[in-house]
Amino acid sequence: MKTVAEINERIKNGRAVVATAEEIIEIAEEQGYRKAAEMVDVVTTGTFGPMCSSGVFINFGHSDPPIKMQRVTLNDVPAYAGLAAVDAYIGATELSTTRGMEYGGGHVIEELVAGRDVRLHAEAHGTDCYPRKEIDTTINKYNVNQIYMYNPRNAYQNYPAATNSTKRTIHTYMGTLLPEFGNITYSTSGELSPLLNDPYYRTIGLGTSIFLGGARGYVTWQGTQHNPGQKRAENGVPVSLSGTLAVSGDLREMSTRYIKAAIYDKYGISLFVGIGIPIPIIDEEMLAFTAVRNSGIITSIADKSGNVRLDETFTYEQLQSGSVEFRGKKVKTAPLSSIGRAREIAGVLKEWIEGGRFLLTEAVEPLPMENKINKLEIRGIV
Amino acid sequence: MKKVKVKLHFPRKWLGRPLISELITKYGIVFNILHADISYDSEGTLIAEISGDDDSVNNALAYIDSVDVKYKLYNKSIIIREEECIDCGACTAVCPSEALTMDSNNKLRFDKEKCLVCELCIKACPLKIISTEF
Repeated sequence: MKTVAEINERIKNGRAVVATAEEIIEIAEEQGYRKAAEMVDVVTTGTFGPMCSSGVFINFGHSDPPIKMQRVTLNDVPAYAGLAAVDAYIGATELSTTRGMEYGGGHVIEELVAGRDVRLHAEAHGTDCYPRKEIDTTINKYNVNQIYMYNPRNAYQNYPAATNSTKRTIHTYMGTLLPEFGNITYSTSGELSPLLNDPYYRTIGLGTSIFLGGARGYVTWQGTQHNPGQKRAENGVPVSLSGTLAVSGDLREMSTRYIKAAIYDKYGISLFVGIGIPIPIIDEEMLAFTAVRNSGIITSIADKSGNVRLDETFTYEQLQSGSVEFRGKKVKTAPLSSIGRAREIAGVLKEWIEGGRFLLTEAVEPLPMENKINKLEIRGIV
Repeated sequence: MKKVKVKLHFPRKWLGRPLISELITKYGIVFNILHADISYDSEGTLIAEISGDDDSVNNALAYIDSVDVKYKLYNKSIIIREEECIDCGACTAVCPSEALTMDSNNKLRFDKEKCLVCELCIKACPLKIISTEF
């Protein structure tokens, strides 16, 4: 048994033993859970996948004369400005008003991370206190007051694979799906994935310090659609859509290596977000959780032509092999989330911790373990 | 020595001759079938790589032209800006010839020899770093 405070002491002294979520599998196999739990202080996880529910808050600063921005665009991509005068939120999936699906919020965010100038246009109705009615200028991450990422739903604990039963190709946020179950796509970093290594959120909670887009960020709330009540396998790992995280971090410190805009053909824009979460090995149980492997993680599969969940399930080991047996034929499987970059993130976080540059935080509040997912009913308007 | 990649369009009727055998025996070319979708009583396509000395390849192409089969030379090839690739794998979902695959280390592997230049990967790439080159 170790406390987070004890682990932090070891990190400060440069004596912490850190392993990535892949490395720990072999260590656990060689040493056994008990011994491995004594040896290892922290396991680092990583994921780098398209996460649509992402965006950035910006405070632009006041012009002279000032403006209460009403309709705001950044490089012709609308941002939400129904906040105080010069606050706005740009969402990853917002489309350009001039370039359609070729360019969107994800691209604006990537440009901002890169430090490039972005064109700001804002209109207003003009008030006694904010007389200006229009502004046209450029901004970048250095000349605004605050610029921080706030992603309401990232790092899905598990996500169903996708396929297509119809006779035509469909274009989805799960990629291009070929007719008649012509392929299966899936999005996970599997055994490297943060919440798959802490299935009951014993260590990851509100206030947990994380790697976000190359910077230090935080878990700031449960993610939207957080669904801990999902059916779980014997090892505790949910078998479909389950826990999610809301995360936040300073965009100024982020890197385009870990924040990348994405275009999904005929679907729209998304954003690859790099997240790494350190898991303190406080006891043998946490070690056992982090030793989970792709063969022990099961996911469901959905027919994206009607968003119907099918009966079949697969392990991520099967999906990562490149093909699976599905309804009597061999079907090609393809990932959408970069496992290579996820591995890199777990490695970078490991280096930060080993080098004493990243201390762990204890959650100030755990994520809820009970939550109900509501359907949106179409109710008659009276 | 010449090597070309061609797409043959077969008509909806029987040609009355074993075209590929003829090409090989008459002109001594190497005929490597990359993709074929031909069946009796429907239009078909065949993608192949033809190699041999310059004259043989040219004569073989002229012969294809003289029968009822139309051909199109692929003078384009697929270019991936590898230094920008994040190895997500979205392009491998649509590649019909397994030219694009993920290796055991989760890196994207591109086998140019297997590429049919169908260009499906260009649209499927979320980073838009795949294009064609003449």
